This record gives sequence, structure tokens and C-alpha cells, in this order.
Amino acid sequence: MPLDHLHALEAEAIQIIREVVAEFERPVMLYSIGKDSSVLLRLAQKALYPGPIPFPLLHVDTTYKFREMIEFRDSYTAGIGARLIVHTNTGAIADGTQPFLVGTQRCCGLLKTRALLDALDAGGFDAAFGGARRDEERSRAKERIFSLRDARGQWDPKRQRPELWHLLNGRLRPGETIRVFPLSNWTELDVWHYIDAERIPVVPLYFAKEREVIVRGDALIALEQGFVPLLPGERPERVMCRMRSLGCSPCTGAVRSTADTVPRIIEELIAARHSERQLRIIDHDLDGSMELKKREGYF
Amino acid sequence: MATLLRLCTAGSVDDGKSTLIGRLLYDAQAVYEDQVRSVTRASRNRTAGPIDFSLFTDGLKAEREQCITIDVAYRYFATARRKFILADTPGHEQYTRNMATGASTANLAILLVDARHGLRPQSRRHAQIARLLGISSFVVAINKMDLVDFDRGVFDRIREEFADCLHGATLQPIPLSALHGDNVTAPSDRTPWYDGPTLVEYLETIDVDRRSATEAFRFPVQLVLRPSHDFRGYAGQILAGTVRVGERVTVWPSGHETTVQRIVTWDGDLDVASAPQSVTLVLADQLDVSRGDVLAVGAPHVASRFEAQIVWMDERPLDTSRVYLLKQTGRTVTAEIDRGLALNEIGAVVVTTARPIVFDSYARHHGTGAFIVIDPASSFTAGAGMIVQPARELVGAMDRPGAAERLAHVARTAATDTDAVTAVRQALEEILI
Repeated sequence: MPLDHLHALEAEAIQIIREVVAEFERPVMLYSIGKDSSVLLRLAQKALYPGPIPFPLLHVDTTYKFREMIEFRDSYTAGIGARLIVHTNTGAIADGTQPFLVGTQRCCGLLKTRALLDALDAGGFDAAFGGARRDEERSRAKERIFSLRDARGQWDPKRQRPELWHLLNGRLRPGETIRVFPLSNWTELDVWHYIDAERIPVVPLYFAKEREVIVRGDALIALEQGFVPLLPGERPERVMCRMRSLGCSPCTGAVRSTADTVPRIIEELIAARHSERQLRIIDHDLDGSMELKKREGYF
Repeated sequence: MATLLRLCTAGSVDDGKSTLIGRLLYDAQAVYEDQVRSVTRASRNRTAGPIDFSLFTDGLKAEREQCITIDVAYRYFATARRKFILADTPGHEQYTRNMATGASTANLAILLVDARHGLRPQSRRHAQIARLLGISSFVVAINKMDLVDFDRGVFDRIREEFADCLHGATLQPIPLSALHGDNVTAPSDRTPWYDGPTLVEYLETIDVDRRSATEAFRFPVQLVLRPSHDFRGYAGQILAGTVRVGERVTVWPSGHETTVQRIVTWDGDLDVASAPQSVTLVLADQLDVSRGDVLAVGAPHVASRFEAQIVWMDERPLDTSRVYLLKQTGRTVTAEIDRGLALNEIGAVVVTTARPIVFDSYARHHGTGAFIVIDPASSFTAGAGMIVQPARELVGAMDRPGAAERLAHVARTAATDTDAVTAVRQALEEILI
């Protein structure tokens, strides 16, 4: 009997993780605390069982993440005995970098991309796992499972290596690194079905409850950071809502929802007709902005 | 239980492939409203109608500007009956390698043709690559039927051309208009003479080859797990067949027999496991087993000289005087190839590897019969290979140059000093191992 869809995806992801552990000297897993990271972490546990996860987790902390994310990060990674590296571009923070001052593009460039590249460099990591999925965004649909990056961490879509069968080419030239995406073939719905089936803990922000937010057009904006400017007439309201994807609190919109359990989230997603990145304000700065960020070294 | 169908698409430039896929995604509601909005906005500057479906799949800025597809894009959609992973592969000659990439994991190929042009050399080539990569189920999507007034004669003529070209394969021709949606999801009232399934109906119901769990067991070792002194497990993905606790298996290339003692997973031990599960096997005997070895029931081939078909994917042609790296299952070895090939050329070759590899013919097991060729200088994946059989002649001592001769040869024939250094280093590593 053929495996169902989820088990086939799981087996493929485990194969990818093991291939990296076998072929690379210093892998690291980028841990963004979101649902995809939670799934990735579980798959790593499964891939290396009964051994421990042999590589560290890396969280690039912009300092603007939701408080609940940081609490979850610290308790969950400690609970499973993972080694966690937290890296912040402290220089940029000291210079006052925040999205409303320097713009979201420059803010992401400094606090996420620059910080990520510095952290990878500092650790001497030759392979970095990420939880990106090809269904998220159209430039990601063209991403390889082993995504080659040059010495500056940059992606060149025209230099991508063909990837056939399950034969992953991990050979690097000096200075080159790879980003590895074991969830490439998963969709948002697959991720939630897997979280449900495996009972994987996720940050409570994904579940609906009444939260204090600013209602701005279609977006609901959290008020965790004092620098988020209020427009005339705006004031905090209590709205039943949840996050569909997690990022920095000033740049991640919530959605109105009553889905307070994983099965209800799945029900809601099946009914939903809005893609998850719509509420990540940063991707909409420019036409093709994700592609530009990836070219600069984002994952 | 939703099963999975992996498919790829192929066609010549401007046959409307991206439009068809955009339409499939849109009809399956795999395209979200905000994407529709962003695409509708972008469509205003162009002339393809109210919604330009091709914008859903043309992901890169260069592609959107030039209105072409330059790389494989993977798309995901589901209907009530099935989940689909679709590789959208470009039709441009210089990117034929991407067609091979998309086809390597597909169960079925959609060959798209423009009804006005019929079967063109490019279509024939794509069909050939798909067949070579083991695809035996095809949909011939005869698109732009609206531009030939839904003429049945046109449809019949193209159908017959393809029947000749794809002799022996399972073929389903469907008359379509991707732009207007005829016979994509809903049957078209403009093709009353066609009583076959719509494209989506066909994809939902076709029975693709699922034999891998009943084949002979093949398990290449990816990783040896030794978390403590009392545990030694072999982690890998079952590429073919089924394994049970207590079953006798053979370790190749050594040929030692042993028994499977445990099938370990994070979710608990299993009694039985099948392809394509990823598991960890514990063996009853203390044997020297390492990454690249294959656990099997029945005998795969073990040889260092074999016949293969290679699709060349690098700008730099295959050079018979160079030493390449060959990756097959979990093993990477140096290899020489007896015939030169240019970019996008496909050829029958004989490959000689520095160490023996464990393999089956590609026709028998894709997992153990496929390999990639890596250029040691650029590290690019330069070729995709499918093993046919062990080379007919026996390898004698005279066929293998001595170590010193071999080193001199690779150093002398390298194109640049850097290449020479790399090639000599690799040859030396091989010799010392």
C-alpha cells in the first residue's frame, strides 16, 4: 500500500537531513520559532534518533519578535536538549534601527539578512537548514533543496544546479555554503496536518484569542513595540485574532479568527482564500522583493 | 487517504504551458486571492486577457520581464481525490537540463503542443527525455484549440503524430484551451466530438506505477548512527521493496549476509517497513558497514565499469580525458567516461569508476540505477545518468593504468592548473583509499 502524502513527505525530509549530516562538517539549523521550524526540528529528531540532534540551532533575533515567541523558544529548545545560538546585529540596534525609522527593507537587510550572514560566518557553518517551503512565494517555487550560496551568502537563480532524483550535490568550492530546505515540497496545509498528527507544540500566537491590536485597513497590528506610530483616530482595540505566520511584531499582521485549536486552524485554512504571506508587510514593498532579499543572502 | 501524483510538464516555447498551469492552480483554488490581485495588477500592462495565468508560475523578475520561463518551478495543488506536485519545466533549448530534472521524480508527463503547430522537434526531444527518465504515462495536451476553431481533424492529426513518437507508452490526448479553460476542469461544449476525460479528471484517476514496495529490497546506508556504545544503527531510506525483522539481508559490495534485528524509528520499533520509508536498521552481526554500502535482498550488480545513458547539462562539454565525480546512492567516486557529449546532448556511454559501485539497471530500480556526474572543478551537476547494465567486456588489469600513469594523465590533460590540482588530489585520494 502506498504511503499517504504526509508520510511520503516525512520520509523525504528525513533523507535530506541525514544526507546533510553525512556530507557536511558544520551544519546548523536556522530556527525561527514558527510552525515550519517546529516541524523541521521534529524531523531532525526523527532523522537522527536514537542519537541527539548533532548540530546547533541558530535564531537570528531582531529583538522585535513577539515576547511569546522568545518564551517559547527558550523553554522548548531547553526541553528537548538542543543547543541554541542566538545572534543579534547589536550594532544596528544600537544605531536605532527599526522599521518605521529606516523602512522595512533596510531594517530586514540589517537585522535579518546581515545578522544571518554574520552568524553563519562566525560559526563557520557550511550548511544551514531552513524551513522555507516552495509554496510560500513564487521565487521560492524555483528554489532547490540544496540551495548554493556564494561566499557572501547570495543566491544566483541562474547558477542553480540541476537536482535530480534524490541525489543531492553537496560539493562546495572554497567560501561557498548551502542552505538546505527539507520542507521544500510541503504546503502550509501539510505543515498543519503534520503538527496535528504528531502533536507538535507551537507558539500560542497561532491560536485565536482576544488581543490588543490596531485595526488598519485589512491588517491587525500588534502593539508590543512602543515605536509603532498611531495614525490619527487610531486606538488599540481588543479583537479576536491569531497569527498565520510569525515574524517581528511591528511587521506581522494578525487575522481575525476564532480558530483556537489545530484542527480548527486546518478547517479555517481549507476555507481560506488568502495566502499566508499577505500579512507579512515586508514582502510587498516591491514587486519581486523576496527574490531581491534572497539574492542578498536571505533564506 | 489522499495519494500523491508527481507530474512534470513540457512543451515548446509559447505553447502556453505556464498559462495551463496557472489555470490548473486557479481552478483547484491553489492560487490565493492576494496572488490573483497582484497578478491582475501586473497583467494590466500586458495583453493576455483579463488575468494572465502565466504570471502565477513565472516566479523570477527576469522571467516576468521577458515573458519566458527560465527555471523549473514546483507547484502544489490538491483536489478532493489527490495531491499533486507539479514541476513546470521550461521549453527553451538551453534549459533542457531542467526538463530532465523535472522528469526525474515524476510519475507522469504532460506534453503540451500548440494546435496550430503540432509536434515540433522540441516536443519530440522532451518526449524522448521523459521516456529516458522512465516516465511511461503521458497526457498530450493539445492547446490553443480555440485558435483552430476546435477542429477535430487537427486534433486527430496531432494525436497520431504523438502515438508514433511515444510508441509503447500510455497516452491520453486531450483538446484544450488553457486560456479559456476548455477541458481543463470542466468539459467543453466546444468539443462535442471529444468524449474523453478532462485534464483534471484524468490526473485524479490515473493509476500510476506504485510497484516499488513489492520489488526486491534495496537500502543504501546514508549514515551510521552510534549514539552510545551499545547502539549501532544504519540510517537510510528504503529505495525499493520491503524489509522485516528477522529477515536475511546481504551487505554489498562485501557480500556478507546478516539478519535484520530491529527496525528503529522515533515513533517506536517496526516489524516491517517498505519503500519509501526512512528508517534505521540494526543488524544481528558486527560487520563493517559504512555510508554508501547497500543492504539488499537478492543480488544487485557490483562493478566499476558499466553502460549508461547520460544527459549532459553543463555548458562545458563532457571531456573523455577528464576525471569526474559520480554520485550514486550515498557513494561518491571518481569516474571516467568514454564518450564526449555537449550541453543538452544525450548519449550511450561506458563509465569506469575508480572503485566498484553497487547498482541495478535504471529500468529495474530508479533509486539504485541513477547517478549524477559532478565536475570536480566547478562542482556543478554536469550530467544525469541512468545505468543500463555492467559493461560487457571483463575489466582486466591492463585496462587500468597504474597509479603513477593515472596521475600523470590527469595532470597532463587538465585544462587549467586549478583543474589539474583538483583532479590529481582526487585521483590520489582514491588511490590511497
